[in-house]
Amino acid sequence: MVVDDSNVIRRRIERAQDLPGIEFVGAARNGVEALEMHARLKPTLITMDLTMPEMDGAECVEKLVARDPELRILVISALADKLTAIEAIEKGASGFLCKPFTDRQLNDALRKLITG
Amino acid sequence: MALDSEVAVFIDGVLRYFDNAVQQTAQCGTPFLAMDADPEVSDYTGIIRINGRREGLVAFTAPKSMLSVMLMRMQETDMSHENLCDLVGEIANTLSGNARRDFGSQFNISVPTVVFGRSGPLNYPENARPIVIPIDWRNYHARLIVCLKD
Repeated sequence: MVVDDSNVIRRRIERAQDLPGIEFVGAARNGVEALEMHARLKPTLITMDLTMPEMDGAECVEKLVARDPELRILVISALADKLTAIEAIEKGASGFLCKPFTDRQLNDALRKLITG
Repeated sequence: MALDSEVAVFIDGVLRYFDNAVQQTAQCGTPFLAMDADPEVSDYTGIIRINGRREGLVAFTAPKSMLSVMLMRMQETDMSHENLCDLVGEIANTLSGNARRDFGSQFNISVPTVVFGRSGPLNYPENARPIVIPIDWRNYHARLIVCLKD
């Protein structure tokens, strides 16, 4: 599942990921939509933007992980500083990828999450 | 951090966007000081506003044709106005994120806004002349506009 307020980024992540066994199940535009969609679709892997309206990514990560501790979340953000990455990991994200990213960087980051 | 170093951070951010997201290198032309206080902008402009140690704005402005081809390079088939706004906003968002990393707490940087059309003033700070950096990609010409005052 992809969570990002940018339609261009949502569609790009959906198209660019090419890992075997990973199926795109849905896309949300903010944290509120992501919580609702997670309850309905039960994804095992989520990519999450941080700066979004309604509910930001950090708060959403915290709520999703409290609901499903096994959930793997890759935070993908333009906020490229170490402090932001550390904060996301502390809230329960499994990985961090900076925007702008290449298709290869995206797939490498997703692969790391899957293989643990 | 001196003004030229600050400008370099934004130039690097734009060029990195082309390298990574569009996966094709863009070229940075020679920066120049705008002759008037409100330099011409193109069809779509993504803007971040800055305050703190410096005050002002940074804008990436590009023609519709350029943004459309960038979307094509990203395998996007929907060239709607919404997606073009989205793309230019995403570029500004990347500039904002990179600036937060490189400038730290010296600067407060806004969430990006997008302006459509060539005529709207960007509300530059008074008594500051914008620096215009040409960004060339394929046969297209965009501009990075940096206007910061102490």
